[in-house]
Amino acid sequence: MVKEYLTISHIAGPLILVEETSGITYGEIAEIELATKEVRRGKVLEVTGDKALVQLFEGTTGLNVYQARVRFLGKGIELGVSTDLLGRIFDGLGRPIDGGPKIIPEKRIDINGNPINPTARDYPTEFIQTGISAIDGMNTLVRGQKLPIFSGAGLPHPQIAAQIARQARVLGKEEKFAVIFAAMGITFEEANYFITDFRRTGAIERAVLFVNLADDPAIERIATPRMALTCAEYLAFEKDMHVLVILTDMTNYANALREISAARKEVPGRRGYPGYMYTDLSTIYERAGRIKGKAGSITQIPILTMPEDDKTHPIPDLTGYITEGQIILSRPLHRKGVYPPIDVLPSLSRLKEKGVGKDKTREDHGDVTNQLFACYARGKEAKELAIILGEAALTELDKLYAKFSDKFEEEFLAQGEEENRSIEETLDLGWKLLTIIPTSDLKRIRDEYIKKYLKQSNQ
Amino acid sequence: MERVTTSPTKARIIKVSGPLVVAEGMEKARMYDMVRVGRMGLIGEIIEIKEDKASIQVYEETSGLGPGEPVETTMAPLSVELGPGLMSGIYDGIQRPLDIIRDKTGSYITRGITLPAVNRRKKWDFVPLVKKGDKVRAGDILGTVQETPLVIHKVLVPTGIEGEIRVIKKGKFTVTQTIAKVKTVSGLKEIRMLQKWPVRMERMVQKKLPPETPLVTGQRVIDTFFPVAKGGTACIPGPFGSGKTVILHCIAAWADAQIIVYIGCGERGNEMTDVLLEFPKLKDPKTGRPLIERTIMIANTSNMPVAAREASIYTGITIAEYYRDMGYNVAVMADSTSRWAEALREISGRLEEMPGEEGYPAYLGTRIAEFYERAGRVICQGTKNREGTLTVMGAVSPPGGDLSDPVVQATLRTVKVFWALEDRLAYMRHFPAINWLNSYSLYLDNIEGYLGKEIASDWMKLRNIAMAILQEEDSLQEIVRLVGREALSSREQLVLETSKSIREDYLMQDAFHEIDVYAPLAKQYRMLRVILELHRSSKHALEKEVPLEKLLTLKVKERIDRMKYIEKKNMKEFDSIEKELKREIESLVERKE
Repeated sequence: MVKEYLTISHIAGPLILVEETSGITYGEIAEIELATKEVRRGKVLEVTGDKALVQLFEGTTGLNVYQARVRFLGKGIELGVSTDLLGRIFDGLGRPIDGGPKIIPEKRIDINGNPINPTARDYPTEFIQTGISAIDGMNTLVRGQKLPIFSGAGLPHPQIAAQIARQARVLGKEEKFAVIFAAMGITFEEANYFITDFRRTGAIERAVLFVNLADDPAIERIATPRMALTCAEYLAFEKDMHVLVILTDMTNYANALREISAARKEVPGRRGYPGYMYTDLSTIYERAGRIKGKAGSITQIPILTMPEDDKTHPIPDLTGYITEGQIILSRPLHRKGVYPPIDVLPSLSRLKEKGVGKDKTREDHGDVTNQLFACYARGKEAKELAIILGEAALTELDKLYAKFSDKFEEEFLAQGEEENRSIEETLDLGWKLLTIIPTSDLKRIRDEYIKKYLKQSNQ
Repeated sequence: MERVTTSPTKARIIKVSGPLVVAEGMEKARMYDMVRVGRMGLIGEIIEIKEDKASIQVYEETSGLGPGEPVETTMAPLSVELGPGLMSGIYDGIQRPLDIIRDKTGSYITRGITLPAVNRRKKWDFVPLVKKGDKVRAGDILGTVQETPLVIHKVLVPTGIEGEIRVIKKGKFTVTQTIAKVKTVSGLKEIRMLQKWPVRMERMVQKKLPPETPLVTGQRVIDTFFPVAKGGTACIPGPFGSGKTVILHCIAAWADAQIIVYIGCGERGNEMTDVLLEFPKLKDPKTGRPLIERTIMIANTSNMPVAAREASIYTGITIAEYYRDMGYNVAVMADSTSRWAEALREISGRLEEMPGEEGYPAYLGTRIAEFYERAGRVICQGTKNREGTLTVMGAVSPPGGDLSDPVVQATLRTVKVFWALEDRLAYMRHFPAINWLNSYSLYLDNIEGYLGKEIASDWMKLRNIAMAILQEEDSLQEIVRLVGREALSSREQLVLETSKSIREDYLMQDAFHEIDVYAPLAKQYRMLRVILELHRSSKHALEKEVPLEKLLTLKVKERIDRMKYIEKKNMKEFDSIEKELKREIESLVERKE
């Protein structure tokens, strides 16, 4: 028989204080029954003597100090897992919302997970072909990586994420693959875009969706990514699947975190976000990876919208310190009509070096990427100079670089939403653009590759 | 006075808030003692005492813990185990062996595990260096053990023991068996290889000395321009993506220290995995043995408990001091001290202390200074006056790369070398992305003597000329931006050309290229000499009215571009480049005359 407490003494924001309790433990789950018989869930944030501080996932609207009943369940928040989760849509707390039957779980797992032992990790080295040149060629994604997309309001990150989910595959292999999609505080339209796209392409069959919409309780968002990752860990490390997890939008998650912190009157860190936000975010992002001796993997693509496109805002900043690189979308490119508007210069994939090259992509990949980066950077510099001093001030060579950077944006970066380029196509396109630059200036590519791959069409 | 009646077993938890637990009935508790918390026996440390209530930071996840559960004090401070068997190991922030935990509990780290850090069963071949009747005191070497093919472990007389050797045995022993007995004023003391040391206490030394020799890292921008001395301190602040970790990995792999302690403090799990998988493959340049044989890793990744992260840098540096006491050159890398400071901030916040800047506790600066102050070149304890060095390098991850961050500022007040990483350089794929104008090293004078003697008498002169050229480039670039390159004189354009060469052919170094990854000092010197020689003779040629265009298109330039890929054994190549350079410019000058 579970004890019921009628001893709520304090309600503030998403938090309630329950008194005269006994045997409560930190982190356990509570059920709060309102006078209307509605049941909400919460989590114990702090216990002091006989007082327990509980954070409600669904908010405290309509809660009354005298009538609400609190039951403590003696365990953390759990997700019931089974392979039947595939193809289903759930709310942010893991309850089905697609009208389908209840899931009969194979087992129940605490959603907080445990940290992976660093000695048990296997280093991610398998190239994932996304079919997008700006990613495959320049900021290569590998299996087990966590590579966020830093976007801004109004930029086409949903399209890019959906395109990656649709096209991602590992070269030369047919393996069990799943997509897990966690939406935190996004609009119905955006969620609907993903769901429709998944249905249209049949991807829904191998997808699990956890959807917390903008009008759903903000605090629920704290649990949503953890639900998704628990499901991912189960599929990856117990069912040997390769799982791609898309988390959108992490900015809403961080804001929910800030809301709770403010309600607890904690000392705020930068811009009011709690000091422990780095640690908290890491417990989400670090759940990506590969484990020795297990066939599956978890690759994470978190999406966040940078407030005011500011990369130094705490959310993108702390994210960048945890994730293995970042894909940054650029508003100027978007205005120019380049899709996907990926700004390759500040973007980075830290695991690229180990995922490209002979036997993985192609031997010339690393050199070509470096050369493209260098040429594009120099071309952009030349164009900036031309804006100040006029085109006439450029040397002949700089003019070539400027031309290169234009072509690079138009032909290499830009591609169709449905266009799925193979890595060979991407690299060959790179070589084709490099013919604009005099061969003697291609210092970053080994001579042998220049001989082998450069088609001397321009000189 | 009231008698203490409650026994420590009466201690009970009254509050749980994240990693902070408060317990009452803790009359016997002492500050910084280690405690066992709750029925699971989680490991914690006392960090505040108010009457009979003690605040405990718990090194493991606390969910499931509640008021009423017991707390036991161990009456000992948080300590590390020291002895043969540490080398090549990987430990968490409180020195639990992660590889053994994995064997026991699988891929995930679960709670309440206690395992000895040093293997108790393994037998080591102990060779005594002293004999019966010898007088010894703390710090003297009793004997040695071949810990790994790269490292000879010296077994020292523990602190506090002084007297005459009564028994000393040669043979195979475990770390807990007695290897010697020493007669001291307070009786006969048994000595074992396994020793303990509290992590927050600096290990004692006889004397500290100023550093004199450089820690050679093989990174040109560091060794030539901003060197760190053996026994010195350095910090690498930079925004994410600027390559802090790659630089630290490179230094850990190639620096000429004998022992490396790598502390992964609140960073990515995969980075530790990278070290774990790479270091057994990388070979020590001198001996050809795998680098892992001289490396110890402390891994408390960002998602592992935050309090253990706070402890991790102390665990690491104490182990490093232990090897320094044997007379080794030890280097410690801490990646990243910002995460450690954040752990400090989190605990401080939960203690409801008055926050200082950005919510960090007011004692942040003191703690940082204390940590770096454990570095140094020292005369170790003992009668033999052994010299050992401990070099500390810390990464700092300031929010948004903003150097006004309190952690960066507190660090800069303490450390002597500042490697300023810049993301702008990283975007241009200029690696290592160390800004040559903002960085500094205060060891240039200390090590000038060594470099002048060992490498070349004009080393520092060349370095300063190169630096001056880079400085001049910066001011010239300003003019170029305003009025264009044509406004510059030929000499000034030559400066731009040379500085570009210094940047691209010298400062830039490819950490993923098999030869370029490590440049010995001799090679660094020859490379810089070639670049500056070209500059000098070009300037001379300009004076003889050789047109600049001719000088910019010298054929030898292509060889200079590829200088970084010259192998150590082909140093003659530099002579030939210098010869060709002279010939080419001379012929230009002659034609003019």
